[in-house]
Amino acid sequence: MQLSHLPRQDMRQRQTYADAFSPALIDPDHQTPDVVAGPNGKAAVKRYNVYRNNVTVSLIDSLAAIYPAVQRITGVEFFRAMARFHVRATPPTSPLLFEYGRDFPAFIESYEYAQAMPWLADTARIERAWLDAYHAADAVPLAPERLAAVPPERLADLTFVSHPATQVVRSRYAALTIFSANRGTESTGQIDPTQSEDALITRPENDVEVRHLPEGGAVFLTALLAGQSLGHAAAAALEEVPDFDLGASISGVLAAGAFIAAEFGEES
Amino acid sequence: MSAKSTISSLIIAGAVSSALASIAMAAPLTKAEEQAAVSAHKVKCYGVALKGQNDCAAGPGTTCQGTSNVDFQGNAWKFVQGGTCESIAVPGGKHGSLKPI
Amino acid sequence: MTSNNNQNAENVASALRFPNHSIAGQAGTSFKHEHLPAIMADGKPKGFFEVHAENYMGAGGPPHRALEAIRQDNPVSLHGVCMSIGGPQPLDREHLGRFRSLVERYQPALVSEHLAWSTHENTFFNDLLPLPYTNETLSRVCEHIDEVQQAIGRPILLENPSTYVTFRESTMSETDFIRTIARRTGCGLLLDVNNVFVSATNHGFSALDYLSDFPLAKVGEIHLAGHAEQADDEGERLLIDSHDGPVADAVWKLYEIVIQKCGPVPTLIEWDSNIPDWPVLKAEATAAQQILDRYIGFSSLDKSHAA
Repeated sequence: MQLSHLPRQDMRQRQTYADAFSPALIDPDHQTPDVVAGPNGKAAVKRYNVYRNNVTVSLIDSLAAIYPAVQRITGVEFFRAMARFHVRATPPTSPLLFEYGRDFPAFIESYEYAQAMPWLADTARIERAWLDAYHAADAVPLAPERLAAVPPERLADLTFVSHPATQVVRSRYAALTIFSANRGTESTGQIDPTQSEDALITRPENDVEVRHLPEGGAVFLTALLAGQSLGHAAAAALEEVPDFDLGASISGVLAAGAFIAAEFGEES
Repeated sequence: MSAKSTISSLIIAGAVSSALASIAMAAPLTKAEEQAAVSAHKVKCYGVALKGQNDCAAGPGTTCQGTSNVDFQGNAWKFVQGGTCESIAVPGGKHGSLKPI
Repeated sequence: MTSNNNQNAENVASALRFPNHSIAGQAGTSFKHEHLPAIMADGKPKGFFEVHAENYMGAGGPPHRALEAIRQDNPVSLHGVCMSIGGPQPLDREHLGRFRSLVERYQPALVSEHLAWSTHENTFFNDLLPLPYTNETLSRVCEHIDEVQQAIGRPILLENPSTYVTFRESTMSETDFIRTIARRTGCGLLLDVNNVFVSATNHGFSALDYLSDFPLAKVGEIHLAGHAEQADDEGERLLIDSHDGPVADAVWKLYEIVIQKCGPVPTLIEWDSNIPDWPVLKAEATAAQQILDRYIGFSSLDKSHAA
């Protein structure tokens, strides 16, 4: 068909129906737009509220689906009140809902009423990383045997290509223990949140896996993920943790499927 | 950069060979932790409901959830009831301190 | 030293030539991942499955394994829920690209979208929002549908909305608006019979009149779903398109009237919230299939002009 007879600018310069309809959707103080009505021109306050409720509630539901451990920890009422603030302040910009809520952990961190739960934001970060790993591109993890074929004197120069699902979340708190205890439905038992924990999130095959990284493991793995060589990553970890167990960390990250390839390339 | 000080290639080679030898024994989370994570999310995880799902259902109709502006300042603590947070000790040693302070 | 990922990716791609499954005359259900084990244990049940396109726009992972599994054995209908075809602003090209990739990858039997909008400026509202019916919006919607159809290389089915308000500036009826779109763009139509019933109740018009004005010859799919009942400012009945329960009796009656006129058009039971166990959803689809089967080989409408 022909392109529109009206240049697009015409519609953009004056107020469109979407300009009139949108602002009140996530702002409860905003009046019902007067461009809409019920049958025969009658009032449309409750009618328009159907859209307001759809928008607000469906977005809160999305956050609840993405952050189930956070909701279990806080209880539903607290979670929904907190999520409602976030939805109104930071509505989604992508039409893909599994992309929503990236700013939620930072919001939790600054949320006045969550200050007594300083570990809550990191718990949320692990949940967000879990969902990113779930949707990450498919790739076959590096087979550990491949390292056996590398001449021993060249191992230190190896660099690794990370699997698209691989992420590290470091916490000053026991966020991983809190996460795992609250993703299930069984009793969580008493948890001491003060022990710092580093989490490795991977998806070696179809299932997302979450592991504790040993001491120094996060420094080591973060260096490898940044493109540093095996030798340099090991040195960085040993400098921070003198009794760092290099062998255990190498076997751990390989078993987790954190990488898809190893090569002798330039360090990035 | 001091972090980039070199390590003898012998140490690296030794670590890699011990890693390859032990790879079959590598364990992720402790058994109990894994159970909890597994029960909801690992077992046949493609049979689990999608999270953050797009659909075309309308929600709660004319209720006031989308229009309410009630803040819960002042009685905030009643909202955390029903959660598991009381099982998580608060730094400083107190348990269950999510009550009015 | 690099692993053979590229080679693997190619192998995977060539293995994904899905069989052609005919969707003609079939009933289907929304595809929910929590049902997959029950569906697999059900011995390859007949019928088609409809998925919301956006839920498969991630790069990889379990959602694609699930859809591949279903697509192997059944026809699939790809239903977009947030292209924002009814909005005043240009389509999101990136989103359109993702939509095209999904059509190429899964070769769905049907592809559909909504007469609605959901994104404005940079905000995604996650709801199917209404638009006024004017010459200006008509041109804009037709442009958008042309763009989608060009991108995916095939016609789409456009779904009639359920609405709770009307726009004062509207100058034509919804059926006139939709009929003109179908004529100008060559798109087919997805007739949501529950939406017709919901909107008719909410705006006080006759659902039967709507259906007699609707270009039924262009209908390539039908949706059926449950609705909820609430009240408007005057306390009058206001129906909500909630997709959270069984199809209402009145909607089944309208549906059979439509099938009498159209013949056995593929029919979907939508259930998106308070999702029941698989047997309950399947039973709703079986009820639709029984009506479809009564009209096999029957079509009083000339479908040769349909998309």
